[in-house]
Amino acid sequence: MADLSAAPRKTRDWIAPAVLVALLALVPPISLALDDPFLVKVAMRVVVFAIVAVALDLVVGFGGLVSLCHAGLLGVGGYVVAILAFHDFNAEPIFGLLPGTSNLAVTLPLGALTAALVAVVVGAISLRTSGPYFIMITLAFNQMFYYAAVALQKYGGEDGLQIMSAITLGPLDVSNRYRFFYVALAGLALTLLVITRMASSRFGIILRAAAANETRVVAVGVAPWAYRLVAFTVSGFFAGMAGALLAASQQFISPVDMAWDRSGDFVVMAVLGGVATVWGPVVGAAAFIVLELVLSSWSQHWHLAFGLLILMVVIFLRGGLADLAHVFRPRAAGGGHG
Amino acid sequence: MTSALFIEQLLNGVQFGVMLFLIASGLTLVFGIMNFINLAHGSLYMTGAFAAAATQAATGSFLAAILVGMIVAAIVGLLLEQAVLRRFYGRSHLDQVLATFGLILIMNETTRILFGSTPLRMNLPGALSGSVEILPGVPYPAFRLAILAVGLLVAGALYVIIMKTRMGMWVRAGASNRAIAAAMGVNVPLVFAGLFAVGAAFAGLAGLMAGPILSVQVGMGEPILILALVVTVIGGIGSIRGAFVAALMVGVVDTFGRVLLTPALGSMVIFMLMAAILAFRPKGLFAVHG
Repeated sequence: MADLSAAPRKTRDWIAPAVLVALLALVPPISLALDDPFLVKVAMRVVVFAIVAVALDLVVGFGGLVSLCHAGLLGVGGYVVAILAFHDFNAEPIFGLLPGTSNLAVTLPLGALTAALVAVVVGAISLRTSGPYFIMITLAFNQMFYYAAVALQKYGGEDGLQIMSAITLGPLDVSNRYRFFYVALAGLALTLLVITRMASSRFGIILRAAAANETRVVAVGVAPWAYRLVAFTVSGFFAGMAGALLAASQQFISPVDMAWDRSGDFVVMAVLGGVATVWGPVVGAAAFIVLELVLSSWSQHWHLAFGLLILMVVIFLRGGLADLAHVFRPRAAGGGHG
Repeated sequence: MTSALFIEQLLNGVQFGVMLFLIASGLTLVFGIMNFINLAHGSLYMTGAFAAAATQAATGSFLAAILVGMIVAAIVGLLLEQAVLRRFYGRSHLDQVLATFGLILIMNETTRILFGSTPLRMNLPGALSGSVEILPGVPYPAFRLAILAVGLLVAGALYVIIMKTRMGMWVRAGASNRAIAAAMGVNVPLVFAGLFAVGAAFAGLAGLMAGPILSVQVGMGEPILILALVVTVIGGIGSIRGAFVAALMVGVVDTFGRVLLTPALGSMVIFMLMAAILAFRPKGLFAVHG
């Protein structure tokens, strides 16, 4: 999991993410040419989930901390966008003070920052624990956010919240699905940029070292707690941003988007693509969504095949799909899943 | 809240608590001994409920349903352990979470293929379908009292077995230090396989007892699994005493939370309680490991 030998090697490491983003950028023209808007809809989901999976990878792959609350953090970002749009549409100030808005230039950063703020609190408490306790406490937080969303009676409760107003980005109208796709794709590019930089920096090395051997890191005089908290917070920021994009793209957010099994899905996406690289989870998210589509078109019992597939990947392909590329190459000594 | 209602809800809470304990007892020992997170434990709860409901539909006997439900859950648990879970004891928690997450999908879908998506109904046996006047003017369903009694009985038996017998000593030794226990001659894999089967049977028992109260349906295992995990970590992983205390605490808090607040806010209270406890005692109330 925390393989120091796989430290990013400068320019080469930008190739894969750049290619992935470029490939995704081709989807809208192809979709237009084929007159198949469904294609862009699918790609939109891939982009949004890829952002979360990449953000989660910083915590799971590099930090060695399995978080099961990223669906909850995504929901925080989504609800910020939807609630502000709700107040905008109803021309009803929030707490009778601030006006609502449907402008993503405001709500997108606000959603991401709110999620980051929530992540600081969740992280500060959860990181007091470790190992299985960390997994369980993040799961508990996910459930807490889920039920909090259900409890928001004013904003739809269990049924979720529909965005009735037209979403804009500054002066731009982005209600067009094709145009909005590029906004989301820019979000993914930003996420890849920031997280690749972080992972290859001194910060990233300490994060991975602490996951590989905490005792040694402490022995050389570094307390991993603060590093992990920063990683968790940054991860929360991007999960919130993805949630904001999701809410805006589907004009809707509901507690279902925050269910704990969705958090599990994100971990599957990250691992499916391979947690050793920053871009692996993008492949994982794409593979996950395409598989879901293909399998569900074959049989209503596709979950069975999907479960078996996850099991097979964990048993046989421990480095995820990105590992396929390494199968024919001798692997570096050490590393691997702890 | 009148005192009659208070007593009724308190009993509901304790009854829910002992049911959680039945599930959490297996989970916490598996967790403690093998350092293994089993998200699929809720599937065994579901298995017990479905096996029991099918048996009752076929034979009409509630007693047969209880026996078959527990036995099927134990067998399925043992099969899972031998065929899949064993491979993951030495692996990272991430792999364990993924593998058992995959298993949940497999178990749920298999159950759906076998029994369909419509919830099954379980009927109460005649003797337990009425209510009992526990205090003057406070009637209480007999079946819930029976659950309470069974739960306390199992908890008592478990306590005696774990604390007073040689087999229990092996289990405790395994939970506090697997390597040393193995070095001292305890056959940890064997003890563990047995333990897993017993834990699965208890989860199945909880599932089949919940059958007549809730409905028997695919996916019934996950909400209860999450609460059982909460119980496990609040109590301290590997501690049976911790699981008992935490189960009662969670059962009572959850029940009152739902009555006093809205169901959604009430459900939040449990997770706040857990976060608060782990913030101050990161290894749970009764930490077993160091």
